[in-house]
Order: sequence, then C-alpha cells, then structure tokens
Amino acid sequence: MAKKASTAKPKAKAKTKAKVKTKKPVKHLEADAEELVEFYREMLLIRRFEEKAGQLYGMGLIGGFCHLYIGQEAVVVGAHSTSNPQDSVITSYRDHGHMLVCGMEPKGVMAELTGREDGYSKGKGGSMHMFSREKNFYGGHGIVGGQVPIGTGLAFAHKYKNDGGICYTYFGDGSVNQGQVYESFNMAQLWLLPVLYIIENNKYGMGTSIDRASSTTDLYHRGRSHGIPGEQVDGMDVVAVREATARAAEHARAGKGPFILEMMTYRYRGHSMSDPAKYRSKEEVSKVRQEQDPIDNLRELIIESKAASEDTLKEIDKSIKAIITDAAEFAKESPEPNVAELYTDILVEANG
Amino acid sequence: MPIEITMPALSPTMTEGTLATWHKKEGDKVSSGDVIAEIETDKATMEVEATDEGVLGKILVPAGTENVQVNSVIALLLEDGEDKSALAGFKTSAPTPVASAPVDVASPAPSSAPVAPVAPVAPVAPIASEPEYSGEMITQTVRESLRDAIAEEMRLDDTVFLMGEEVAQYQGAYKVSQGLLDEFGSNRVIDTPITEIGFTGLGVGAAFGGLKPIVEFMTFNFSMQAMDHIVNSAAKTRYMSGGQMGSHMVFRGPNGAASRVGAQHSQCFAAWYSHVPGLKVVAPWSGADAKGLLKAAIRDPNPVVFLEHELMYGQSFEVPAGDDFVLPIGRAKVERVGTDVTITAFSRMVGVALEAAELLAADGISAEVINLRTVRPLDIETIVNSVRKTNRLVNAEEGWPQSGMGAEMAALMMEHAFDDLDAPVVRVCGEDVPMPYAANLEALTLPGASKIADACKSVCYR
Repeated sequence: MAKKASTAKPKAKAKTKAKVKTKKPVKHLEADAEELVEFYREMLLIRRFEEKAGQLYGMGLIGGFCHLYIGQEAVVVGAHSTSNPQDSVITSYRDHGHMLVCGMEPKGVMAELTGREDGYSKGKGGSMHMFSREKNFYGGHGIVGGQVPIGTGLAFAHKYKNDGGICYTYFGDGSVNQGQVYESFNMAQLWLLPVLYIIENNKYGMGTSIDRASSTTDLYHRGRSHGIPGEQVDGMDVVAVREATARAAEHARAGKGPFILEMMTYRYRGHSMSDPAKYRSKEEVSKVRQEQDPIDNLRELIIESKAASEDTLKEIDKSIKAIITDAAEFAKESPEPNVAELYTDILVEANG
Repeated sequence: MPIEITMPALSPTMTEGTLATWHKKEGDKVSSGDVIAEIETDKATMEVEATDEGVLGKILVPAGTENVQVNSVIALLLEDGEDKSALAGFKTSAPTPVASAPVDVASPAPSSAPVAPVAPVAPVAPIASEPEYSGEMITQTVRESLRDAIAEEMRLDDTVFLMGEEVAQYQGAYKVSQGLLDEFGSNRVIDTPITEIGFTGLGVGAAFGGLKPIVEFMTFNFSMQAMDHIVNSAAKTRYMSGGQMGSHMVFRGPNGAASRVGAQHSQCFAAWYSHVPGLKVVAPWSGADAKGLLKAAIRDPNPVVFLEHELMYGQSFEVPAGDDFVLPIGRAKVERVGTDVTITAFSRMVGVALEAAELLAADGISAEVINLRTVRPLDIETIVNSVRKTNRLVNAEEGWPQSGMGAEMAALMMEHAFDDLDAPVVRVCGEDVPMPYAANLEALTLPGASKIADACKSVCYR
C-alpha cells in the first residue's frame, strides 16, 4: 500500500513573454530576531497551506474556485504584523493567507475548502467566503472590489465607536479600476476614516497584465485626486512591508484618514486552479521565484544575521508540515454538512 | 513504500484528461516543484509539478494516453533510500472518486404526498400577530410617521444612524428626516456624496462592525447602482459565514411610481428584492404601517429593504401615539372584510384596492382587501385563509407583470389553494412599458380602482 497519495500539482505553462522589472530585494535588519523568525513561520505556514490546498484540489477534494496566495506571502504577513487586536481585516477571494495571519485555525480553513461541517462557514461559504467575528476577519469577498466600500464601512464603525481600531482593506491591482473603489476613497478622505487601502499588485488581474488594464500603473497615486497619500512598497520583502504599513497605520490611527499602500508582489500560480497562465512566460515566473522569493530571501537573511540557526528553521519547517498534514486530514475526515443546514443561517429571529 | 502520483484535476469540471508528455523518465531524480509531465484538458495544456521528492520509480500511464481519469495513479515515486525492489508487488490503491461524481443528496424536506413539491420556504420563526392597540391616536402624515419611527429608535439605541443623500442639512429630499440633524447631530445623521454603491457598501461594512445603519436612497431607482451590496454583501453574509455575522440594517426610501418623472424615476422594486433569500422586504401603506413597520425594521437583526412611496408621504392617517407601537414584519393585515373576492396589494395600491372594493360594493360584490405589508416573507397563511373563503384572488401592483408579485401570488395559490379556487388568479399590474412622461400616457400605465374592480368582476363571472 502507498503511504499517501501524492497528487502532482499543476503548474501554469506559459508561452508568451512579458517583461517585468525584478530586482534583488533590499536587505533589512530593523526587525528583531524574534520577529524575523515569526515572519518566516507565518509565511511558510501560508505557503505550505496553499500547496496542500492545490494538492487537495487536484484530488477533487476541493471544488469550484480556489485562488492560491503563493508568492504574495510577505504582503499579508508584514502588513498584519502592525495590527492591534481591535483592528479589522477584509480582503477579496484570494484570502487563505489573510485568515491564517488573523489567527484562524488552519483546520477550520481547510475544512471550509473541502466543504465540510467543521469549516469556518460550516461548508456553506467555500474558499472565497470565510469570516471570523472572533478574529475580526470580515471575509472573503467574491466580487472584485466589493470589499473596498465594506472595509471603508468597518473603518467608519471604528471611528463611530471610537474603539481605536483601523481597518486593513486588501485588494488587487485588478480591482483598482472599479468605480466603487473611488467612491470609497472619496468618503474615506472626506470623513477621515481610519482605513488602510493595501493594494496587492501582483501584475495581473486574472489574465490581463496591469499595463493592458490601467491607463496609469502607479497605483499608489490613485488616491491623489482625493488627497490620500500613497506609497509603493517592495511587497516581496516582508520587513519593507512591515515598515511601510507601520507608518501608514500610524497615519490612520492618528485620525489623519486613509493611506494607500501599493505592494509590488507576484503570484506564482495561475489566477485560479484552472488558469493555464499563458499570458506570461515561464522565464518571468521562474526569475521572480529565484530572485525575489520572500521566504527564501528571509531565510537567507535570518541565517546571515544569525537571527536563528539552520536547525531552528528546520524545526519550524517540520512543525508546519505537521500542522498542514493535520489540517488536511481533518478537512478530509470532517463530514459534509448535515442537509438540515441548507435552510439555516438565512435569517435570524428578531427579538425586538 | 513508494508514493503514488495521481492524475490531478485542473479545473472545477475536469474529470479526465490526456497525459501528453512525460518530462522525466524512470530513474530520474525529482524535486518538489519540478515539472514532471504535461497534461491536456479541453481548455488548455498544463504542466504538472511534483509535490514530493524522490526518484521516479515507475510510469504507469504512458505519454499520449487519452481519457485518464482524475485521481488515477499515473506514476510511482521512490522515496529516499528506496530502490526498485520497493515496486515489486506494489498494488495501487483504487482511485478515489472525484468530488464531481454524483453524490447522494438527500431531499431536505421529504414529502409523502405525491404532489409536486411545494416551493421550499425557509423556516421562519412564528410571527406574532399584530398587537391590539387601544391607546391614544394622533393624526399625522406618513412622512411624519416615518420620521418619528427613526427618531424614536435613534433615541433608544446609539448604534442606529441615518445616512444618505440630503438627509441632514437639506432635511431629506422628501423631508422625511426633518429635524433629525438638529436632534442627533452630524455624527448620526450623515449626508453622503451621490455615490450609491459606495455608501451602501460602506453601510454594510458599518453593520458588520456592529452598527445599525439606516441607509436612505433618495429613491429606490438609485438603489440599482447599489444592488450588488444589498444582494451579495448584505443578504448573503449570514449564510456564507455559517451564521457568524450578518447585516443588521435598513435600506429605505421611496419606491414605485412618482408623478411625471419619466421612466428612470418611476419603477417598483418589490418583486426584484423579494426574489432574494436573506432579505426582508417591507412595503407599508398607512401611517400606522409606516411607523410600526419601520420601527420593527430598525430593530430587526436582518437586512430589511423598506419600500416607501412618494405619493403617500403627504397623506394623513390616524396613528398610535407614543413610542412603543411596533408591528410584526411578515404579517399581512385584512383592511376590509369581504366574502366574494380577495384583493392583495401593498404600498399605495392598498388604497386603490380599497377604492375598488367600494366600487364593487355598489355592484353587490363583497371584496376582501389584504394589505400585504411585507412582501418577503409573505404572509401566505392570511392570504390562503382569505381565498378559502372567497375562492378568488386578484393581485394589484404598480410593478410590471412578468415575474412580479402577481405572478408569485398566482404560483402560491396553485401550491397552497388550488382546490379552493373558483377562477384563475388575475394579475393587475402596471403596463409592460417604461413609464411614459406624458400625463395621459402615464395615467394609462398605472392601474386604477376601476381596472382592479373590472378584474374582480371577471373572476366573479360578472
């Protein structure tokens, strides 16, 4: 008998060539050793989780749409490291990494991907629709750009309640041309709402490269006409992300209103599992992986700066492998939701 | 023990594919991330990456093989330290069926009756009947009743706030929010830019964050800009989150025909919104409806679409005085008792239906008029009880006929009262045209009392 079934994971085959600017990330030593190791742990958790999700998808255990975050880990890990417990987080459908950094359990997230009753939404949400009131994670939204006004509204609630929180609102380069994004920018600056607009610019909105979709491609300038400051950040460098986000968060917490961060990042996989990614070349992808991989580079930095030993990192690798294996087993074993769940959670009873 | 490499699914619908080429041969070392093969689907050619490390021990499916089932074993990978002898006698485990294979889905509501299944209706908690009210009454306009409802609820609950275009300094485009800015201040009565999808989405976010927004549309015509957030964000989140969170909020404003404002500003959205699970949709007629139902809507933990009517704002009614008058959402009201025919209507058309009942009375026909009050969830019980008595139903609405409330009413009677009907259900609707501007054409478009009365006579075979 086989020890385990290992479904090969698909990889996009690309034929066309596109030029992307790649550069060696600037090395930082500002974060302390403990933080660097924690960043490493969180990024690796996301990557291994996503690889496993891809594998389970290949086995038919995950259905429908599944958008993997591989390559972009530094953005959410670096940005979220600046958050406080009362802050809120919202993002699009490429959301597994955001849930994991918010402290949601890998088991519950994976079981939602497999559509089982122990998933965060009891199997009724799926990859794109998960929430955790407890962890202040507000989804998981499937309509491109739809989370931007909602995030702005979460920020409105922070200000209204004066709870000191800010909302981390993530969206992609594909959504920056949606009208509702600008409606949100306008109100956020008009009312000085404590919101961070974190654009994850992975250079492609599905299969359309940013220069084919956007009249101007410096997305951090997109708030200019509303008076919102912006900054472009190397989104493959977790420490750079952390530093820029910390400055932006300080701006928002000080009551100065929204801030736009354009994180220059890259997704290694296709838009979703069924995307053959013919719109970019294999060379483009492998160049980014080789030169800019956020996890490899951080690992190198940790070793060079003696923040941790090779052995310590290997221990982390091992513990994450175990977490992911457990999550996958859990997600396979958890039963499908009871059919009675079909009709629950539509309305709640009014008690007034 | 060798690791099985299985045929991956590359899309939501893929069940099989062609194994086009192998990039590795038996005996080759394989690292995680290496491209080992290419497979073809109906959509594309995709590369297959290894997820494990080892030596390719045996290729079980040669290049060029078509119709390879997803999850069948295509190769065996030898782990560190294993040699070819590990392959001897190795039996592959049976391919696990893919998720898209037919699954046994039990019917959620097995019915023993051999009839066509009744359209599933989400179980709703029993709705209390309308409370008896015997207190003091005051005469006020619908506009004032709505304002009082908002003000009273804002006094009771700090998390309730009103936002929309011109609601604050201008005192409301239709003066519904008159005086609210003075009483509650600009933090709770908020003028928005003209930006419907933006402020509606923002309102949903505020509700997620624990507030209870009242989002005013200057008219519901503009809510079409915001429909994505009403339907996708507000209505569905309770379900999509497995019950963890929802949107305690109200979307309100004038709906339906106004007067001489043309096609883009005269439209009924009752049927549109009533289509959506996760929403409640309320359409008051009288002042008491307006006040009691708006208070209920503001207190309701679900997203409520509250459809007012511009032509009703200035009409006066007797309304219970005091701030504790709340009507149950989901309950219709029999406004006039009759025996020969039932007329269902909501919003302004209730008044028109009552006029029709007067006309019919003069002809010796006794019409029962039901004010639906809520169009989702519909009070099927009250309607069916009436039809059991009258055996006839006419639905009157301003909206268009196709897939309208009247169509719903006809279907419901087929399902719940087929044997009680002595005549087909008849729909009296707005004409199936965009609203014209010219006064004479506009008048022809909207159903009046005589049109409803004629429909009632026809189902009474008179």
